[in-house]
Amino acid sequence: MSWSCSNYLCLSSSSSSSSSLISSHELTRVNSCNLSCEYKEQRRKDPINIVAYNGLKPPSYKLDKPQKRKNHALKKPNNISAYYSLKPPSYKFDALEPYMSKRTLEVHWGEHHRAYVDTLNKYLSKNDVLYGYTMDELLKVTYNNGNPLPEFNVAAQVWNHDFFWESMQPGGGNLPILGLMEQIEKDFGSFANFRQDFIESAMSLFGSGWVWLVLKRNEKRLAIATTTNAVTPLVWDDIPLLSLDMWEHAYYRDYKNDRVKYANVFMDHLVSWNAVLGRMARAQAFVNLGEPKIPVA
Amino acid sequence: MALRTLVSRKTLGPWSRFHQQIRGLQTFTLPDLAYDYGALEPAISAEIMQLHHQKHHQTYITNYNKALEQLDDAIAKGDASTAVKLQSAIKFNGGGHVNHSIFWKNLAPTSEGGGEAPHGSLGWAIDQHFGSFEKLIAKMNTEGAGVQGSGWVWLAVDKELKRLVVETTANQDPLVTKGASLAPLVGIDVWEHAYYLQYKNVRPDYLKNIWKVINWKYASEIYEKECP
Ligand SMILES: [Fe+2]
Ligand SMILES: [Fe+2]
Repeated sequence: MSWSCSNYLCLSSSSSSSSSLISSHELTRVNSCNLSCEYKEQRRKDPINIVAYNGLKPPSYKLDKPQKRKNHALKKPNNISAYYSLKPPSYKFDALEPYMSKRTLEVHWGEHHRAYVDTLNKYLSKNDVLYGYTMDELLKVTYNNGNPLPEFNVAAQVWNHDFFWESMQPGGGNLPILGLMEQIEKDFGSFANFRQDFIESAMSLFGSGWVWLVLKRNEKRLAIATTTNAVTPLVWDDIPLLSLDMWEHAYYRDYKNDRVKYANVFMDHLVSWNAVLGRMARAQAFVNLGEPKIPVA
Repeated sequence: MALRTLVSRKTLGPWSRFHQQIRGLQTFTLPDLAYDYGALEPAISAEIMQLHHQKHHQTYITNYNKALEQLDDAIAKGDASTAVKLQSAIKFNGGGHVNHSIFWKNLAPTSEGGGEAPHGSLGWAIDQHFGSFEKLIAKMNTEGAGVQGSGWVWLAVDKELKRLVVETTANQDPLVTKGASLAPLVGIDVWEHAYYLQYKNVRPDYLKNIWKVINWKYASEIYEKECP
């Protein structure tokens, strides 16, 4: 099975492993560049600002790659109040009923996800060094080799939730299609095995966390991963294809403490294999999963 | 802590009853609460209390007992790798049982003294170590709000150093994982299941309100026992 759509999708995506989020982040960067130029312009006219700007204290910790600062840290204008926006899911809040209630989405997106975005923006407005990183860079730097900085926990949760909303779709469930199914069968033996592994992994979490289907770059295979709290597989350079939020807030209103039911309903009625297929196609720009199919002359 | 031997379990057949009896394996049961589910309202809703006690705590106990039985079997068979593999389930579910058993005792309805600041030696020790009762509460609120994901915030007494400390633990790690000489006086559950239905994602509000139903009389008794 060849990935006929992969070239097309690759052209339209940036050279990063994240999902459609990129476009909004890139936009943010473009905006910040423009604003930054305005700022420099303004600074020339208004020397008082310079004093205030230079008076900012450096953070008390060291960045893991200090040279990055030169490349990425943009001069921060004073008038930016938001860096990341709260992106709504691509479906209506009641579209996942009865499997995930409107109320759950209203609170989960409208309060939890929103609070992560707001807190991240607050951190970024205070932390000059982290300003101007792309989301992927921000996650890798603030992960701090496994000793996450406070910024990591919120930034990763912003990324995780954006990714999670688009891991579901109304009328989801069913079975994976095309080459995705073949790859799952190749790497897990069968779809039933994959499904069971995924749900067992969800049950094995001892606290808040996430379950993922990832594509491992070096091993060139699919795998299931679990992460605790905010951690995302991006920090290990795995390419995430699917995620399930196993924090209690994700399912408590609808399923109380019945995590098994929640995970099963996700598999049967919510998971968007279309989204996974698209992510897989993009991922194949970075990972070669098989022999190229050379058309017969 | 409620203990009873497997001997009394009705579900076991006569052979396994005998089998369990000679091994003397004990299992755990859900402790009763000293107050009604609705008695802590409005600080904690009856719905939260009921689910928390009947579903969450019960599940920790069920899985703890299951893991202990499997451990017993593994040890009897000399199966070291299974015995080791069971440790994480025992720590998590056993910790969940231990922690919640303490938590229920840490709570009391306002009508029965819940929220009344401690007097006597504990009150004095709090002033000495934290400046004031209010400062202790502020510290525990900050530490509790800062716990990533699921966990607990504790007021503990270090029995050796004879001093009070505030600690946090992740998931269901019991306080003893932070030091063998620590005795828990007040433990506050900051898992989402402890507050989500009422406070959604505003954990600081839950922490602010829970002090209205904290049983300082119990904490004082433990303090006086552990640190006479
Ligand atoms: Fe979530
Ligand atoms: Fe709990």
